[in-house]
Amino acid sequence: MPWSKNNPVTVQVLGICSCLAVTAQLKPAVVMAISVTVVVALSNLIISLMRKTITPRIRIIVQLVVVSMLVVLVDQVLKAYVYDVSKQLSVFVGLIITNCIVMGRLEAFAMSNPPLPSLCDGIGNGLGYSIILIILGFVRELLGSGTLWGYPVMESLGVYNLGYENNGLMIMPPMALILVGIIIWIQRTRNKDLQEN
Amino acid sequence: MFDNLRTFIDKIKPNFVKGGKMGWLQSTFEAFETFAFTPNTVTTRGSHVRDAVDMKRAMITVVIALVPALLFGMWNIGYQTSLHAESWPFELGTAASWWYCLWFGFLRMLPLIVVSYIVGLGIEFMFAQIRHHEVNEGYLVTGLIIPMIVPVTTPLWQLALAVAFAVVIGKEVFGGSGMNFLNPALVARAFLFFSYPTHMSGDSVWIAADLWGTDAIAGATPMGQLAAGMNPSASALDMFIGTIPGSTCETSVIAILLGAIVLLVSGIGSWRVMLSVVLGGGLMGLLFNAIGANAYMQLPFYYHFLMGGFAFGAVFMATDPVTSAQTNTGKWIYGFLIGAFAVLLRVLNPAYPEGMMLSILLMNSFAPLIDHCVVARNIKMRERRALRKEVQQ
Repeated sequence: MPWSKNNPVTVQVLGICSCLAVTAQLKPAVVMAISVTVVVALSNLIISLMRKTITPRIRIIVQLVVVSMLVVLVDQVLKAYVYDVSKQLSVFVGLIITNCIVMGRLEAFAMSNPPLPSLCDGIGNGLGYSIILIILGFVRELLGSGTLWGYPVMESLGVYNLGYENNGLMIMPPMALILVGIIIWIQRTRNKDLQEN
Repeated sequence: MFDNLRTFIDKIKPNFVKGGKMGWLQSTFEAFETFAFTPNTVTTRGSHVRDAVDMKRAMITVVIALVPALLFGMWNIGYQTSLHAESWPFELGTAASWWYCLWFGFLRMLPLIVVSYIVGLGIEFMFAQIRHHEVNEGYLVTGLIIPMIVPVTTPLWQLALAVAFAVVIGKEVFGGSGMNFLNPALVARAFLFFSYPTHMSGDSVWIAADLWGTDAIAGATPMGQLAAGMNPSASALDMFIGTIPGSTCETSVIAILLGAIVLLVSGIGSWRVMLSVVLGGGLMGLLFNAIGANAYMQLPFYYHFLMGGFAFGAVFMATDPVTSAQTNTGKWIYGFLIGAFAVLLRVLNPAYPEGMMLSILLMNSFAPLIDHCVVARNIKMRERRALRKEVQQ
């Protein structure tokens, strides 16, 4: 299953860069997750439809053109409907083009499989990426800023009066890497067959 | 008395072996048994150096080396408070009696030390138990060092969190003591520094306002003053003795030197690392003296040894046998770069007034690479020597 035992982030270890960069808050993380899922699913579908006509030598450049087109579309939609989040995500929407998950799935799956399985593979991998992003965004925003989706959870719980403080390290990208590490740790403890010798 | 203890331990021992009533507590039992008595098992395979100094004795030696700094730190907490506090039972600006200062500092330090040990050892015992390992002794030292290198006003829950982070992420994920590549005590301090910067830097965290609670009074450290572009108000002698505000037990160079002597005489701390850290820091300081572009650069180079955590880091942190370089040449490079980077960070980066912590952590992560290069170079040299001999014959 691409969202658990073959998760693109925690098992294939792809797409780490955007994982660290956009998850300081939940909202951009969710928007990013949806964007990547859409791009992976649609590009998988399109490339799979074209797979028999693409000359192997130039396949990478064809894939790039398709992915770029989808990313530009997503970027325009984001700018039109959620402008502030699009500002926050800044270059990372554009960088979906170079996201290893997208290229990886195209190369590994869509180039040699029919359209419907390819679409499902894309959605599945997008969901796997999304789960990790949402977990990271949730934990980092809650502990780092004391809010969730902008709502001041910690303040309404009244924990600041007890001496609680927000953890500044949570907002920094290194902590996201450590959190990904912890998720991998938990996952491998639960699934023994993921452990290498 | 020891006979009684031995008989008691032997009596309850069968309960704790595998299959016994409390077999799941085997690691815990084993830890306490070997704490009291040297184990009577010996290695049966391979060649083995036999030495009475096992890990527990080595760690206790380090704890003894830490005692002068700890005692001075306690006294200094009381002394600084008495100089600055308004609600002190004595007249403002005058120091309280020696014993009162020590007592006040002891009461302030005690909760920090207790929290550090309870949280850290709790996690260590838990991991050892789950993995069926022996409980390792490393935390005896780490647990004492952590309260010694944080400001005295650090909230206890933050300290507990930092200790948990350091033990789990800094040590246990890599397989426990001896497998970690970063110094756990510095991981704890770095965690606090980046998570709760308002409690870890600035002028108003170094002196406790009263016995309980986390209120603090402003008292600038020499490093803070320099980072703000001023000259330190304390004299070099003050800094050498340690009667300045600062992290709890890092201020006194004299007390730290006493500890250094213990470490050097017992052979537990590496003199190569200590010396090269001082050399690296000194040369970097001299280099800045030569440039002399601002007040901080013109600061006499030996000030760097006296201020902040330089001395404590050089003696107790850089020499950590697990995280430092292992080869002798490597130790020289490793120590030299720690000293040089520490001074470099202090002088050039005002965002980090104290560079020692970050420079040791940085070099910790480079230590395996340094060792690798030293070993590879040695192999190549010997290869060439062998080839030359062959040619001559």
